[in-house]
Amino acid sequence: MSAAELTRLPAAGIAAVVASGEVSAVEVAQAHLDRISAVDSQVHAFLHVDADGALAAAKAVDDKRAAGEPLGPLAGVPLALKDVIVTKGIPTTCGSKILQGWVPPYDATVTARLKDAGIVILGKVNMDEFAMGSSTENSAYGPTRNPWDLSRVPGGSSGGSSASVAAFEAPLAIGTDTGGSTRQPAAATGVVGHKPTYGGVSRYGLVAFSSSLDQAGPLARTVLDAALLHEAIGGHDPLDSTSIDVPVPALAAAARTGATGDLDGLRVGVVRELGGEGYEAGVLESFQQAVALLKELGAEITEVSCPHFDYALPAYYLITPSECSSNLARFDAVRYGLRVGDDGARALEEVMSLTRDAGFGPEVKRRIILGTYALSSGYYDAYYGQAQKVRTLISRDFAVAYERCDVLVSPTSPFVAFKIGERTADPLAMYASDLCTLPASLAGVPAISVPCGLSTAPGSATPLPVGLQIMAPALADDRCYRVAAAVEAALDARRGHPFPTDAPELGHTQ
Amino acid sequence: MTLALPSFDEVLSRYEPVLGLETHVELGTASKMFCGCATTFGAAPNTQVCPVCLGLPGSLPVANAAAIEHTIRLGLALSCSISPWCRFARKNYFYPDMPKNFQISQYDEPLCSDGHLDIEVAGQPYRIGIERVHLEEDTGKSSHIGGSTGRIHGATHSLVDYNRAGIPLVEVVTRPLSGAGALAPEVARAYVSELREICRVLGVSDVRMEQGSLRCDVNVSLNRPGEGWGTRTETKNVNSLRSVERAVRFEMCRQAAVLDSGGRVIQETRHFHEETGTTTSGRSKEEATDYRYFPEPDLVPIAPDAEWVERLRAALPELPAARRARLAAELGADPKDMRAMANAGVTDLVAETAAAGAPVEQARKWWLGYLAQQANAAEISPAELGITPVQVARVIALVADGTLSDGLARQVVDGVLEAGRSPDEIVAERALRTVSDTGALGAAVDQAIAAQPDVVAKIRGGKVQAVGPIVGAVMKATRGQADAAVVRALVLERLGVES
Repeated sequence: MSAAELTRLPAAGIAAVVASGEVSAVEVAQAHLDRISAVDSQVHAFLHVDADGALAAAKAVDDKRAAGEPLGPLAGVPLALKDVIVTKGIPTTCGSKILQGWVPPYDATVTARLKDAGIVILGKVNMDEFAMGSSTENSAYGPTRNPWDLSRVPGGSSGGSSASVAAFEAPLAIGTDTGGSTRQPAAATGVVGHKPTYGGVSRYGLVAFSSSLDQAGPLARTVLDAALLHEAIGGHDPLDSTSIDVPVPALAAAARTGATGDLDGLRVGVVRELGGEGYEAGVLESFQQAVALLKELGAEITEVSCPHFDYALPAYYLITPSECSSNLARFDAVRYGLRVGDDGARALEEVMSLTRDAGFGPEVKRRIILGTYALSSGYYDAYYGQAQKVRTLISRDFAVAYERCDVLVSPTSPFVAFKIGERTADPLAMYASDLCTLPASLAGVPAISVPCGLSTAPGSATPLPVGLQIMAPALADDRCYRVAAAVEAALDARRGHPFPTDAPELGHTQ
Repeated sequence: MTLALPSFDEVLSRYEPVLGLETHVELGTASKMFCGCATTFGAAPNTQVCPVCLGLPGSLPVANAAAIEHTIRLGLALSCSISPWCRFARKNYFYPDMPKNFQISQYDEPLCSDGHLDIEVAGQPYRIGIERVHLEEDTGKSSHIGGSTGRIHGATHSLVDYNRAGIPLVEVVTRPLSGAGALAPEVARAYVSELREICRVLGVSDVRMEQGSLRCDVNVSLNRPGEGWGTRTETKNVNSLRSVERAVRFEMCRQAAVLDSGGRVIQETRHFHEETGTTTSGRSKEEATDYRYFPEPDLVPIAPDAEWVERLRAALPELPAARRARLAAELGADPKDMRAMANAGVTDLVAETAAAGAPVEQARKWWLGYLAQQANAAEISPAELGITPVQVARVIALVADGTLSDGLARQVVDGVLEAGRSPDEIVAERALRTVSDTGALGAAVDQAIAAQPDVVAKIRGGKVQAVGPIVGAVMKATRGQADAAVVRALVLERLGVES
């Protein structure tokens, strides 16, 4: 099997050929490292490639196989890890200058579980600084480009994760999602991205942006691959108090069931508030076709209203800045990371101030300032307190909707991938990217994005992916995978090939 | 500007004090509040740390169940209500000894609230209201190097030891206490002392003020009689019971001087200085720091099960006040005796000695007298002496049955302390037994009289009290085994002098 063929295989396919001995894990890792060398100068998904570590991890899988030891379902499969998940001995920057040069002394639980599963970590991938953004343009290390159109963003904040998977640099990636940061970039790059139920995946070692929303999740080119990766990282962790102590549902099984294409009797709710004005026509068209497809597969479609979803964006932009203003206080030049202006004469406060000024980018500063204000005494009730009430109301909207529906659907984002620089001057235009993904984040319920069509942005000729978001009740992540797999299978059959293969070849035409 | 301080009596003639005490108790759990690091005192700097207590990016806290249990037990001992549901909160401020630049504490939802502690000062009962008992994490410890005072001012650099960061800390906050008047300093001291005893009995902390495992912040304000409360100051760094008393007294005098001169007391943090017994200004609190408290999102709420709380309540040990009352009854001791025993740290020892069969009077005499002296000389507590209450009771019994004189009994005790043997073994080994047979003593007495004619002349001349040297010589000759009273009588009898 050629290196090019290997990089085109889905994760499950790679695991199968490694397990059968047809290809070694080292060959798989090398093929992907070569692919990164070939195309990442264009995509800029990776902040740090750990070739030695990847090859060593791959060799360990090969050795295990040679010794006749059992291999996990993803053993030997390469993965791109978002740079917000700490890795022992491997730099972790969170896309920020303030952590430049920091090498964590410990592994995140997600990292440890990936390693335990024999998954080969290729390196750390780009992101909006501290996961604050929707385009990866807020990275201190330069933007990542969308493999479908290198002049466009790959979504964010997990843009390095989505782009690396879409560019065939890795079959799997870990993203994190606070307000849509795995789903929206997955939609923008034509791949699958899931945000697990809050508490479903350990946050230990995930550098916090907004603790009450952050969740790590899988990105992959197929729903089954995402489910397998989710099973590898999910489940209770005693190191995370907010981790839920229940077994992970059978996700891969749900994906396989869904792929049979039978959704008979499934009650699907179309959320009235997530559509209409401000949504690109092509996005809405693809979405309506997806809903029609669900109906064809046997689902019962109803429209539901979730009136408080309209307040998700303001609530989100009070809660997450508040939490981040506190979470990011530790970056103070005292113990690790950047230290600016320590000339022996300056007072500590001055060094802290100079370091934070030089180390944080404008979006991070904007949110720290917003959050500091929202939490200050006299304003707390009006801002943070009110936002928490809205959050409760959004959860109630979900609860009411789930009385009538098994899953809720919407577009993943109101628009397809936009041009680099197009929205940077207007934070509110940027924030609108996450309009559809914020409610599930605030309520802590699981949601997946699966490609459901192609659309050309206004004034552009390039067809770009559109994502379908499927939301389920807390702990019912399996429903997301089942429905997504059904959509995926039906569309692949209809189109004759999966979405990611529609992306233009890199390194030849550009 | 230094003001001449009025006398304490003058202060009281014009002002009434209001007190408030915030006491931090480091819990004696094996591991820290939110991670598994050890809490041993005195370890080399930064050796008891991990990603969590260093606040490294990505790390998360997990609450220590033992610390929650300790806090609830302390709350129960202070007659508090235990919250059925409460949360930790983040207290945000920048300081390098705080690794995350926020402290995980509790804000408007303390674990325990609305309790009280009854104490007695000078025979007068005081009920100290307890506003809240909450749980938080300790900070690291900064040392400032290069300055003359060890304070940050003038230092060239600072070092931080994070071993203490994350040690569970309980804060006990009183309600304001007014009406103590002249006794305010003693009331403050008695409260802290009683709280310390309670923590000790509960086994929640080793409460060593000198090691900082119990730290007290003293709030004091003054007002003229009939007027509203004055502005308070908060004095920190008060690290002994005596200092609590002195800090209150000093602040009352200092604030009175300020008010007398027409000035106003500034709301501020002040530092207490052990050497001088004075306080100096720390940071002003006039522009209140905004800690931007909000519920800690990394931790789930604490919801103590009501049944569990009741089990903890039922399992509380006998508390100091109840114990004192019981012992006072059992020992027939008045409050003055009880105080004397408590101050010497011998109450339990006396009780146990009495329980071992000794008359209470004798038990008290020994523990407050000779044994307390020995402990003082060795700079240890009486309980740490190498003699048990049962052994003391045996010595007392040996005196009672005439086997030992008081002097011999002390020698036996010395023997027990030195050799770690039982009193009976010491008596047998060293042949320490009262020689009361006057016949056997006769020769020694005659010898001593013959050897000291000048003393004999004095005695015969009417100075009976001069007999000492002769008695001493007899005692020496008999290796202390004679009963001194018997020897004295015998000498005087030989000399034909009325004793």
